[in-house]
Amino acid sequence: MLTPEMTESIKKVEETRAQRMQCEPVRMSAAEKDALLKQYHPDYRDKGFTEIAVGPNRGQKVPAELGALLHAESRLKGHAPDPEQIDIDVDVLVIGGGGAGAAAAIEAHRAGAKVMIVTKLRIGDANTMMAEGGIQAADQENDSPMQHYLDAFGGGHFAAKPELLRKLVMEAPEAILWLNELGVMFDKDENGRMITTHGGGTSRKRMHACKDYSGAEIMRTLRDEVLNLGIPVMEFTSAVELCKDGHDRVTGAVLLNMETDDYLVARAKTVILATGGAGRLHYQHFPTSNHYGATADGLILGYRAGARLLYQDTIQYHPTGAAWPSQLHGSLVTEKVRSLGAMLVNRDGEVFMHPLETRDVAAAAIIRECGDRNKGVDTGFGSGVWLDTPMIEQIGGPGTIEKRIPAMLRMYLNYDIDMRTQPILVYPTLHYQNGGLDIAEDSSVNGVPGLFAAGEVVGGIHGRNRLMGNSLLDIIVFGRNAGKAAAAAAKETAPGKLSLDHVAAYAKELEAAGVHSEAVSPLLLPAYARHSRGGAQ
Amino acid sequence: MEKTVDVFFFGKKYSVPASLTIMIAMEYAGYTLKRGCGCRHGFCGACATIYRIKGKNELKTCLACQTQVEDGMYVASIPFFPTDKRRYDIEALQADQQVMAQLYPEIYSCIGCNACTKACPQNLNVMQYIACAQRGDFEGCAALSFDCVGCGCCSVRCPAGISHPHVGLLARRLTGKYIVPKSKHLEKRVQEIREGQYDALIEQIMQKPITEMQELYNSREIEK
Repeated sequence: MLTPEMTESIKKVEETRAQRMQCEPVRMSAAEKDALLKQYHPDYRDKGFTEIAVGPNRGQKVPAELGALLHAESRLKGHAPDPEQIDIDVDVLVIGGGGAGAAAAIEAHRAGAKVMIVTKLRIGDANTMMAEGGIQAADQENDSPMQHYLDAFGGGHFAAKPELLRKLVMEAPEAILWLNELGVMFDKDENGRMITTHGGGTSRKRMHACKDYSGAEIMRTLRDEVLNLGIPVMEFTSAVELCKDGHDRVTGAVLLNMETDDYLVARAKTVILATGGAGRLHYQHFPTSNHYGATADGLILGYRAGARLLYQDTIQYHPTGAAWPSQLHGSLVTEKVRSLGAMLVNRDGEVFMHPLETRDVAAAAIIRECGDRNKGVDTGFGSGVWLDTPMIEQIGGPGTIEKRIPAMLRMYLNYDIDMRTQPILVYPTLHYQNGGLDIAEDSSVNGVPGLFAAGEVVGGIHGRNRLMGNSLLDIIVFGRNAGKAAAAAAKETAPGKLSLDHVAAYAKELEAAGVHSEAVSPLLLPAYARHSRGGAQ
Repeated sequence: MEKTVDVFFFGKKYSVPASLTIMIAMEYAGYTLKRGCGCRHGFCGACATIYRIKGKNELKTCLACQTQVEDGMYVASIPFFPTDKRRYDIEALQADQQVMAQLYPEIYSCIGCNACTKACPQNLNVMQYIACAQRGDFEGCAALSFDCVGCGCCSVRCPAGISHPHVGLLARRLTGKYIVPKSKHLEKRVQEIREGQYDALIEQIMQKPITEMQELYNSREIEK
C-alpha cells in the first residue's frame, strides 16, 4: 500500500512529466562529478574501511567487512585434511559456476584439458544469472573498439589497466558472436541487426540485450553447453583453501561438501578462480542485488596464496535498487529502464540529474538527494527517489515495458505495482566489486603460478568504476581467455605436491602483525538465520 | 508491533512478520538455507516451492523469494527435481521438427491437462510452448518460454514426465543460432578486428597521456 506521502508525491511526478519530456537534462561537468563523488559516494566514507595488516596490499584501504575476512582464521585451522590424499585429479579445476567459470570450462575442455567445475551452490547460481540490462560491444558502424575503450577508461576514472581494457573491447564483438553461435537469443530487428541502446556513460548505443533477462539467457545457454560437453560439475561444493606445491605454484584446492561437511582434496595442474563478487558482505549495511553466495571467497583464497588485490577499495553501488516495497528491498532495477527513457525524479517531481550518468555518479546523486537535500520519499525503512517508468510507454509506445523489460514488470506486478502507469522508488544497492585479484593479459594471477582468475573476482579491467554491460562482457572475454590459458599451461605442467604451508605462513604473518580474530574465512554463506534466543554453534 | 502470520515450514508452525517473503520468513524462523536459495531476486529458479493454504484444496507453486507469506500457509521447498536433460551437439543439429522428436519425444505424450501452465510462477503459457515444440514452431516456443527461470515447477506437476525447461531451452538455442537472421554488421566487425584493422588505432589510444585522455573523454560526442 502506498503511503499518503507517496500518493501526494506521485501526483507531482505526473504533473511535471509532460514538461520534463520536452528537454534532456544537462550532464554534469568533470569537476561537478568529482565533487559529488567525494562528498557522497560510499567509497569516500572513511569509517566504512579498514587497513590491511599483512600481505602484498599491507597498509592499503579495504572495506571493513572484507578486511575482517582477510584477517580471519582459515576454516582448516586445527583440522585440515591431509592434502596429499587426493580425491579428485584433473588438469584444470574451475572454482565457481557462474558465467566466467562456465565459459572457462567450455574453452579448457575444447582445448583438450580434463576439466571440473566445483561450485558452492548450483551451476548458474551467480550474479551472471541476474544481470538484466545487457552486454556491450562496438559492432555498429558508428562505433569502434577505440570509442568503447574511451568510454570505459573515462567511466572508470582512467584507472583501468590498459592491456586488460584493450582485450575487453577488442574481443567484445567476438564474444557476442560466440554467444550467438551457441544460441543466445539477442534482441535483433527483422534483418538481424542488433537492437542496441545506451548505458550510463556510453557515447554510442552498444548495449546488446536479451530483453531484461540478458544474463539469464547467457547463463542458461552456457550451463546447457557445459552439460552437453559432459564437463563434470560438482555442486554444493565450495573451495575453502588453495593448495600449493610448498613453493609458489598452485596445485589444487581443499573442497568442502556444503551438505555433509566432508572435506575433499582436488589436485589440478592449473586452477581458475571464478568465484565472483562480495555483495552479501553488505558493505556499509547496504542491501544488495547480488546472489546468495557472493561472499568474496576467491579474494580470500587468492590473497592467502600470495595474489595481490587491485582497487579493492572501490565498490559499485547500483543507483537503482528497489527501495520499496520492503519485499523487493535491494533488488536490481536494471539500468535499461533509464536506457529506455525513464528519468530520476525527486519527491517534488523535479529532475535532479541526467539519467545516464555513470553508476557511481548516479548513486552519489541519489544519496545526496535523499540525504542533505532532503528531497527523497520516505519508505518507512529508508528513502528513495522516483524512477519515472511511465515515460517509457510514452516514448516507446504502449507495450514497450512488457516487450523490453518483462522481468521488471513481473517483479513489481507481484506486489500490485504497475510500473507502466506508476513510477517506482529506488535507492542505491550494493552491486559489484570493481576491484579484485591482479591478473595479466592471459588471465594468470600475477605472482602466483598455476593460478588463473576470471569474472568479478578480478580487478583492473574496469578501473575504479564499471560501466553497465561491461561485466557480462568481461566474464565471457576473460572467462574464455582463462580457460584457454589454463588448459595450455596445464599441458606443460606435471601434477605437483599439495601443501597448505602457505596458509600456516599467512596465519603466522597475522599473528606477527598482532591481528587476532575469532572469525573464520572464507565466509561461504551470509549469516541470515535469525536465532532469537542464541542457538547452538 | 508488526502484524504476524502463522506459517508451517515442513509442517512445523512458526509465527513470522506478515510482510516477509517465504524465503526471508524461513531465515527469520532460524533456517540456514543451502538448497532452495540462489539469486534471491527471481531469476535463478533455485527456490521452487509448493504450498497449500490451510482449509483450501488447491496446491500452489511459487518462487520462495518472490512470494509473500500468508496466514495458514503450509510450505515445502523443492530442494532438487530430477528433470531430464538430453545431451546434444548444437553444431550438429538442424532446426527441424525431428530434433524434438529425437531429443524430447515425451512431449508428444502431453495429455493437455495444463497443470504445467497452472504451476508456472512466471505465469508462462507452458502447455502452449510445448505445443509449439511439438509442431516444430521453435520461434513460437522460444518466445513463449523466454522468461523461464528453470525452477521446474511445471515438470513436478506433469503426468507425462516432460522436462519443460529443457524443451524451451533447446528451442531458444535453435532459434538464436539457426532461425533468427545472422547479424552481418557483427560478423563484419569481428572480421575487421581479426584482420588487425584496429590494432594500431587501439595501441595509439592506449599510449596517450592521461591528460589527453581526460580531454578526449570529457569532450566526446554522445550519440542521441
